[in-house]
Amino acid sequence: MAKSLTLLTLGRSALLFLALLIFPVLLSSPAQAETPTKLYGVITSSEDEPLSDIGISILGPDGFSSQAATNEQGDWEVPILSKGSYSITINVDDLPEGQALTNPDKGTVKANVFMLGVDLRILFPIGPGIVQSSLLERSAQLTLDGILLGLVIALAALGLSLIFGTTGLTNFAHGEILTLAGLLTYYLSAIVGLPVLAAAPLAVLLGALISGFLQDKYLWKPLRRRGTGLIAMLVISIGLAIFLRYFFLFIFGGDTRQLPQYAGQAGIELGLLSFTPKSILTTVIGILLILGATLWLLRTRMGKASRAVADNPALASASGIDVQKVIRAVWILGAALASYAGVIVTINQGVSFLMGQDMLLLIFAAVTLGGLGTANGALVGSLIIGLFVQLSTLFIPTELKYVGALIVLILILIIRPQGILGKKERIG
Amino acid sequence: MDFLFITQQTLSATIGVNTIIFALAAIGLNMHFGYTGLLNFGQAGFLAIGAYSVAVPVISFGLPLWMAFLIGIFNSVIFALLLGVPTLRLRADYLAIVTIAAAEIVRQIARSATFNSTLGGSDGITGKFGADFFALNPFKSGIDTPILRFNANDLWVVITGWSLVAFIVFIMWVMVNSPWGRLMRAIREDEDAVRSLGKNVYLYKMQSLIIGGVIGTCGGFVYALSRQSVQPDNYGTALTFFAYTVLILGGAARVFSPVIGAMIFWFLIVFIEQVLRQGVSNNLIPDWLIGANQVSQIRFMLMGLGLMLLMIYRPQGIFGDRKELALDAKA
Repeated sequence: MAKSLTLLTLGRSALLFLALLIFPVLLSSPAQAETPTKLYGVITSSEDEPLSDIGISILGPDGFSSQAATNEQGDWEVPILSKGSYSITINVDDLPEGQALTNPDKGTVKANVFMLGVDLRILFPIGPGIVQSSLLERSAQLTLDGILLGLVIALAALGLSLIFGTTGLTNFAHGEILTLAGLLTYYLSAIVGLPVLAAAPLAVLLGALISGFLQDKYLWKPLRRRGTGLIAMLVISIGLAIFLRYFFLFIFGGDTRQLPQYAGQAGIELGLLSFTPKSILTTVIGILLILGATLWLLRTRMGKASRAVADNPALASASGIDVQKVIRAVWILGAALASYAGVIVTINQGVSFLMGQDMLLLIFAAVTLGGLGTANGALVGSLIIGLFVQLSTLFIPTELKYVGALIVLILILIIRPQGILGKKERIG
Repeated sequence: MDFLFITQQTLSATIGVNTIIFALAAIGLNMHFGYTGLLNFGQAGFLAIGAYSVAVPVISFGLPLWMAFLIGIFNSVIFALLLGVPTLRLRADYLAIVTIAAAEIVRQIARSATFNSTLGGSDGITGKFGADFFALNPFKSGIDTPILRFNANDLWVVITGWSLVAFIVFIMWVMVNSPWGRLMRAIREDEDAVRSLGKNVYLYKMQSLIIGGVIGTCGGFVYALSRQSVQPDNYGTALTFFAYTVLILGGAARVFSPVIGAMIFWFLIVFIEQVLRQGVSNNLIPDWLIGANQVSQIRFMLMGLGLMLLMIYRPQGIFGDRKELALDAKA
């Protein structure tokens, strides 16, 4: 008899538990053959309070159709007269504010009645579900998220682009600069015990020192001096990235860890948007850093020299610019910016050894989109990629959002091969 | 330490299934990078297409295995065209970024829940899709000698796999020593010079991309058949990078070097891993230094370090000729 009651195809384990509670009820129902039977249920809120006036509609065999609504106790029942397959739908619009089906896809439940006289209880699990937000709300929130993501990409992409511009190196180990800074922030705050406000700047400084100054001094400068080819250097950076990634896994483990401070910061609601104070603070500092870097490029002697080197190293060298010094400055600046990008991700989403690798393709996409080797192109490309990744989730599944961004990259390269702000001479 | 076991494992791996897979992937890259100078970082995508083309038609659509192979080669050609059309006119590093992106697209689509019903999601596909192939296996039992050990199925995969490698190496040898092969090398050395002779460089690069890609796809066939399963995360960027390591280790632009490179690569990896494992389990290596499940991480670290050192100190690899292959970008 219990076999005939396979109406409840419950996906979630929590619901299975409920089902176990219900089975005794089903079994104890009087089994009178060919007698009127009812489908029934109780609808309660996430706090187990009964919900009244919730509409239930039932469609059955031979055009059977019936409506019901819950009473003050949250009970509803519909008598049925024939065997067959019924589909029971809850009117989701009747649910009060802040209540929703725990699984929005289970608004309609199928029930097979094999034997009359056995009442069937239908479950509609209700939880404090996410209130279905409007398209406008979601778009606004995703735009904000996209700008934040774009900013993180931009901080990393600026350094990658500057280094590419001055040395020609396509650095596949750039993502590991983010990871290193994230891990340093974690160690300084969680292990050493510094407040995040002190650990974060310290991590950026250490990142600039290790990933910028030391990396260039002991790895890339000697290679440039040896006259190592650009593709050889690219492959070396891949080797470095693999080495560092698994070194980080070796010392840190494979899990994503949150900083002890500000981990579960409450969000602020502002109109259509909700955000955490930490995300706003980190973003504002990020924007200031980008503005600072742009001013450095445009106004200072060293910044102008770096653009000269990017344009033509031989000519720059001939006109008295110390090319190696400029490259060193660019490495330090680029590493500092990328380190800060790593700090942002760590503070807002936690840190794992794969953090840099996950970001690297987006950074490459942004830099290529804007035009390899152009600083402002990197910024524009980052913003486009960040916005596109987030906004595309309105139309495609979230898990495929990076795929969308990468497809856009390929499409733009077909239409405009040099990138949005790239120079024509860089192609071919 | 059980040195006999280490020797057996290491030698079996040196001529084993993984060596065949990486040899095929690297032969394809040799066509792209060694002979034509194309920086294809999406070789993992070609292998993934091969692997999924074997599994999906048989498991999800019930087609015979030989038809799956044809579908795989067809898909591989299409993928090469999709990659090549937008990028082959661009500079080398653009191709690198676009191909790595395209391979990631393939992997993420394969592992997505959206296409779970046909592509198996992040768990991939496991099933007897190679049944037609193993039905032909003449070996009733494997071999188990002190120096080599394969079970019956692996033995069949290894023998057919090496036959395939030998056939492809022969084809490669014929191709690169033909006028066509010399033209490819000329494109690698100076594209503009070739263009000035009236050759359609774009078309030749496309041919190289397709041929190398199809060879990589054959590696994907072996990958899927040998394991009777396809896991999307096996086809990440790391696979491409290790195929490059294999190629550079042997020496690019030499017909045999990917094969030798793959053998040395897997010899070193399995040897180091087995020695470390034995060291850890016999407490010769203290636990605070390397835990039992950290051995493979050490292995990957050494692979990365090895790639760096190889590129710094011997970019021509073991057999390569430094003069022939300067490994430089056409900036």
